[in-house]
Amino acid sequence: MKRYRKRISSVLYYVFAVLAIAFFGLPLLWLILTPFNSRASLAVEIPTAPTLDNFRAVFQNKFAVQALTQNNLIIAIGTMLGVTLIASLAAYALSRARIPGRNAMAYTLMLFSSVVTGTAAMVPIFLIIMGMGLIDQHLGVILVLIGGNLPTAIFMMRDFVDDIPASYEESAMISGASPFQIFKDVALPQVRPGMMVVAVWSFVNAWGAFLIPFILLRSSDKLPASTAIYSFYTEAGTPNILLVSAYALLYTLPVVVFYLLVNWKYGFRFFGGIKR
Amino acid sequence: MEQRRPILTLKTGTFFLSPAIFFVILFLIVPFVWIIVVSFTNQSLTGATALNPEFVGLQNYLDLFNFDTWLTRGNFGSSMIITLEFVIGSAWIGQVVLGMGLAIAFYRRKGALREFVNTLVILCWIIPDVVVAFSWSAYLDRDYGTLNAILNLIGLGRPDWQLAFPLFAIILFNSWRGAAFSMLLFSSALATIPPSYLETAEVAGASFWQKQRDIILPLLRGHILTDMVLITLWTFNTFSPFLLTGGGPAFKTEVISIFTYRIAFKFFDFGMGGAIAVVAMVINFALALVYLLMLRKQAVYS
Repeated sequence: MKRYRKRISSVLYYVFAVLAIAFFGLPLLWLILTPFNSRASLAVEIPTAPTLDNFRAVFQNKFAVQALTQNNLIIAIGTMLGVTLIASLAAYALSRARIPGRNAMAYTLMLFSSVVTGTAAMVPIFLIIMGMGLIDQHLGVILVLIGGNLPTAIFMMRDFVDDIPASYEESAMISGASPFQIFKDVALPQVRPGMMVVAVWSFVNAWGAFLIPFILLRSSDKLPASTAIYSFYTEAGTPNILLVSAYALLYTLPVVVFYLLVNWKYGFRFFGGIKR
Repeated sequence: MEQRRPILTLKTGTFFLSPAIFFVILFLIVPFVWIIVVSFTNQSLTGATALNPEFVGLQNYLDLFNFDTWLTRGNFGSSMIITLEFVIGSAWIGQVVLGMGLAIAFYRRKGALREFVNTLVILCWIIPDVVVAFSWSAYLDRDYGTLNAILNLIGLGRPDWQLAFPLFAIILFNSWRGAAFSMLLFSSALATIPPSYLETAEVAGASFWQKQRDIILPLLRGHILTDMVLITLWTFNTFSPFLLTGGGPAFKTEVISIFTYRIAFKFFDFGMGGAIAVVAMVINFALALVYLLMLRKQAVYS
């Protein structure tokens, strides 16, 4: 009876795994195969004669290449560094100092963050960035993206900081280390996996950001790939499917590689599953 | 627990928090206040009301809640209903159920299959919006799309997803897109359950479903609540369906974020756009409040 039950559960496990692979994988097949085809189609076709011509044509488009190799990197790395550092400091403070109302604060911030990433805030954000003289500059985009991503990053980071025991920090405090030394040399090394999760998450968000760069940048040589991809449309407004898919694949690779790297070195997971 | 001296004094703590506070004030609080103020005016992009907006009191709100027309397609009430269906379908059913199913199925399992599925689900979550939109447009295409190719093969024909079932299409899309977060959250939550609980249950002869109902679900209740609040907020405010359907056809997929966008940036009616955002915020706030109360109640009982 027990062996019978075990076999059923193992069969169900494989059936579930196959269904999951189909559900999540099928929508991506087109993206992986089309760039290597010579004939444009919306159908998934395994290339009979795989070609790299589409990638060659994409590299002819200097404007789109610059978007990927420069603008996207500047925006994503700037946002990632800002979010990870500021969120770590803030989460540490919320976890280790007795700041009144800190739990409610974390939630109120989450609420506000969904406002700033929403469409309605685009007008005031445009006005603020204009007031700072940062329209059409990457710095303006980076600052807004940091603001929008911080609350969730603090929320996730707090979970990691709450999970590490304070005893090492206490001994460091007794031996006379300054609060910043304790943070940098004792606490940070222990929450590194958490910082990596936040880093990947904020990098991914900035890398894919569409609306904010679209509104805050003007010169076409400063736009990131999310908007530059539309330069592969014809003047009639129809996409050149082969080039769009080749560019989309190139645009996707960096986030995939970054994620795989972090997952391999640190493991990409939440610690206690975000308890509160 | 004994009361120990906190590692950071209130002063140092505030100092550590100050960069975050700066960003929060500048990019969250200021826009928030601006939206509330503007929602009581008739400010627009051009014309006389661009520079000298007039105070119109509750007019924008009265227009939104004009019960004669608000359920007509393309109006506020209709958009709210679409948003509700979208949140229930893609966040509560799609993402929570899928995420939890994946976490439970791969709990205490190792090996290449688990790693592969895990990575695949997370990739769906981290790929840029624009790319995902292109890939899904191809996937859902009536004549050539992969989905219809499969449905046709098993004799279900070729429905035109984006015309006939657009809301279902974006619900499917968003469940696919966001399931990873719930999976990650529930996986790490499951990892905190002591293995001895389940082993004892197994020795006692508990079935799979009994273990889920009596051990896993009660221990995960807090995590389920957290997960639901976070993804409800995100789903409520997501703009990505726009890249797939543009809110159409005939406003059928116009969730509240797309509705706001149309009013504020196509009609440049900032006052009305602000009013919609304020109502959306009030709803978000109410949801979060319900959640906090439920957490408090749970803490009292456990």
